[in-house]
Amino acid sequence: MNAFAGKPNAARRAVLIGGGALVFSAALPLRRGRARDLGGVPETGVLVENPANAFSPNAFVRVTPSAAGEAGEIVMVMPNVEMGQGIYTQSVVLIAEELDVDPVNILLEAAPPSDVYMTAALGTEATGGSTSTMSQWDPLRQAGAAAREMLKQAAATRWGCSVDLLKTENGKVLNTKTGQSLFYGEVASEAALLTPPKDVPLRPSSEWKLIGHARHRLDSRIKVEGRCEFGIDVIKPGMKVGTVSACPVMGGRVKSMDRAAALAVPGVCDVLKIDNAVCVVADNYYAAHKGLKALFVQWDEGENAHVDTALIYQQLHDGLNDPKPLVAEKHGDAPKALAGAAKTYEAIYQQPLLAHSPMEPINCALHIRKDGADVWVSTQVPLRARDAVAEIAGLPKESVTLSSQYIGGGFGRRLEHEYVAQAAMFAKQVPYPLKIVWSREEDIQLDRYRPAYVDRVRAGLDEKGDMTSIVFDLVGPAVCARWAPAGMTKEGFDPDLAVAIAPPETPYYYKNFQENYIRRETPGVVTAWWRGVGGTRGLFVIESFMDELALLKNVDPLEWRRRLISHEHPRARGVLDLVAEKSGWGKPLPPGHGRGVCLQFVFGSYMATVATVNLEDPLNIKVVSVDSAVDCGEIVNPDQVIAQIEGGVIFGLGTALFDEITLKNGRVQESNFSTWRIIRMNEAPPVRVHLVQSHEKPGGIGECGTAAIAPAIANAIAAATGRRLRTLPLMKALHSSEGEN
Amino acid sequence: MIDLRINDQIHSVDVTPDTPLLWVLRDILGMVGTKFGCGIAECGACTVHLDGKAVRACVLPIGAVSGRSVTTIEGVGADPVGKAVQEAWIERDVVQCGYCQPGQIMAATALLKETPHPTDMQIDEALSGNICRCGTYGRIRDAVHAAAERQS
Ligand code: FES
Ligand code: FES
Repeated sequence: MNAFAGKPNAARRAVLIGGGALVFSAALPLRRGRARDLGGVPETGVLVENPANAFSPNAFVRVTPSAAGEAGEIVMVMPNVEMGQGIYTQSVVLIAEELDVDPVNILLEAAPPSDVYMTAALGTEATGGSTSTMSQWDPLRQAGAAAREMLKQAAATRWGCSVDLLKTENGKVLNTKTGQSLFYGEVASEAALLTPPKDVPLRPSSEWKLIGHARHRLDSRIKVEGRCEFGIDVIKPGMKVGTVSACPVMGGRVKSMDRAAALAVPGVCDVLKIDNAVCVVADNYYAAHKGLKALFVQWDEGENAHVDTALIYQQLHDGLNDPKPLVAEKHGDAPKALAGAAKTYEAIYQQPLLAHSPMEPINCALHIRKDGADVWVSTQVPLRARDAVAEIAGLPKESVTLSSQYIGGGFGRRLEHEYVAQAAMFAKQVPYPLKIVWSREEDIQLDRYRPAYVDRVRAGLDEKGDMTSIVFDLVGPAVCARWAPAGMTKEGFDPDLAVAIAPPETPYYYKNFQENYIRRETPGVVTAWWRGVGGTRGLFVIESFMDELALLKNVDPLEWRRRLISHEHPRARGVLDLVAEKSGWGKPLPPGHGRGVCLQFVFGSYMATVATVNLEDPLNIKVVSVDSAVDCGEIVNPDQVIAQIEGGVIFGLGTALFDEITLKNGRVQESNFSTWRIIRMNEAPPVRVHLVQSHEKPGGIGECGTAAIAPAIANAIAAATGRRLRTLPLMKALHSSEGEN
Repeated sequence: MIDLRINDQIHSVDVTPDTPLLWVLRDILGMVGTKFGCGIAECGACTVHLDGKAVRACVLPIGAVSGRSVTTIEGVGADPVGKAVQEAWIERDVVQCGYCQPGQIMAATALLKETPHPTDMQIDEALSGNICRCGTYGRIRDAVHAAAERQS
């Protein structure tokens, strides 16, 4: 039994971050009959409109009626947005496994904004928190199975035979006795008259033909041929392009601008203003960009003009002295055990503000009219985005359509929709369709940032150096309070902060444990979710600390972890042993090299990572290789799990080494890829992923790699040099003495 | 009016000569396969070929392009090397979000046209100007080698 099961915080966290399912009902969202311009023949990957008159047994499957002997179209509605994680391919596989259709023959439709496609774990229609696989697992297979049974029933009625004689295969119903067959489209109209069955038994894993097998992504061809329509690519008749500048100091306002100078730039047609931002509109982005420069906006900067990075860190460190922290979670009596311990050990970790900087800069296209509005946007939260436009435009929600576009990188940035709201405030001032594209500088400097955090960990040790108690003091803002207030505990704790360090989302058993929270909101910026969310934050703290304790006791760090794993988490031992074997843990390395390990149980998946670093040059961290062993339960597509770990590791690795958003006089100092450094090919180590076969419930995977890598590298650096870096980013810490507090 | 030869077709556009090729392609000709990532030649998302060489369209004034031959992601598949690169990308499942990939493919194609069998070091040299935020570098490298194989 998990000692924490049923505890309010743990349960709440499970709802917010972990499990939960797509809520789906028979009620279909209302659609307006628009045709998306397909630019030719529909093909897999290109998004299509909801087909009219289709057999629509549930929110996910559409079969268009076809003439005798013809196949008809099968459209699947994608409940989650595609931002690189491969979810479109995966959703199709889950439905197709039960519906018996070839995934390459399927057309895709992005789900419209609707409660029908809500991810219960996130409380809205959203893609994030590595919840997609977990939430789609049953509902999508059930949708496929229900549709299949209805098509079979319709065929049985047509043939006047028992449904038991029928089977389905590759988009057809077959009569096993007579050998007759019908395409699904041929019986779609009759099937549409039937009542969808409930709880059709799902096929056992032994019968799966698609799930668990590597398969190519369905969106590759359109992406490599430049035909994939991202939000930024949307073009509609009469559309103009605008680019914006918002006050670089949060809370500031437009003071003055040279409207005439901007309008004098060839191609510029409008200058629009809202309270805290301006937008220059032109025939093309470059003209708008030139116009924005000519506009020479001046700002009333307001009260945040004094904020700089030092103030932010100081407030966080001061929080550690707060006399009355909130006791967020506990087990046993850790403070007492700490007071009575033979020895105590303490460490303080610091993590910076981070930008998201997806490769597709922030953008939003929309057309607001008197009677309604159309929005085309890359967003992780279609429903919130649609509702924001409706509210700003003063329109009924039903009159606003939103087309979810392919996303050129989300990483949590597009869980925010303030850019859609801003775009709507500009677009409602003009009669034409307007596409707003942010410059990269705007994208980085007006981002909503992963918070900076300070954590103190104290352990009580017995005479032998074994841990008898652990106390965490967490200082930082509560992103959850703004993004999903219902997810906060009633005492005021953001459960995301406990991820990876506290049960149930840790593989370790703590005899006595306490987690104290000191909430400090960050001045001068808005804080937000970022890839790996609480896992990225928490693992750097706990996995660095575990390593420190192991070295203190002179025990091999991998062996130390093995001893601390709770008996409830045998799968943690499995990944640890696998990564030890695959990485050559314990084998000799050249001088200046070191290996570091990270063990985790977050997003419902187990993973152990070993990073090997080379510090022959003591002022440069070269990551030589990364091995990750992963047990994420049942796998839909092994190659895409591997891809997500590879990509997640590289994403987190560059950030852990180089990145930190800093403020001076209230302004973010980093501005483009010249000052906000993204890891490049020549710096990216090979990432080897080792999968464990498992029939456990599927866990999330898109964020695991990002969460693992910072502590793995920090621990490897300690192994290579004896230096413990407790401050991110690591390159900066390496060059200063601060990192070691 | 400025005359442009793009993917073997002639286009005439009416913009100021300082307008970068990127925005002529995307906003005037509606060829949106070439991407905007940074606007300052730091990310490679806008990579196209100018007379067969990889260049950053975001900093290439259209005035400098007149009379020269431009190839974009929409046209590179007509070239056997470009086609081999695209197919290798699909085969290896390189793409994630895919936003950087047109630029990666253009850069890789230019490399292979010059160096049919590049070493890892040569691949690094040719492609380190192309950022992939999704972290697909390992697969890009594999796919470049695979495309080289296809050619031989
Ligand atoms: S957009 Fe041209 S290099 Fe980044
Ligand atoms: S695939 Fe997303 S940026 Fe490269």
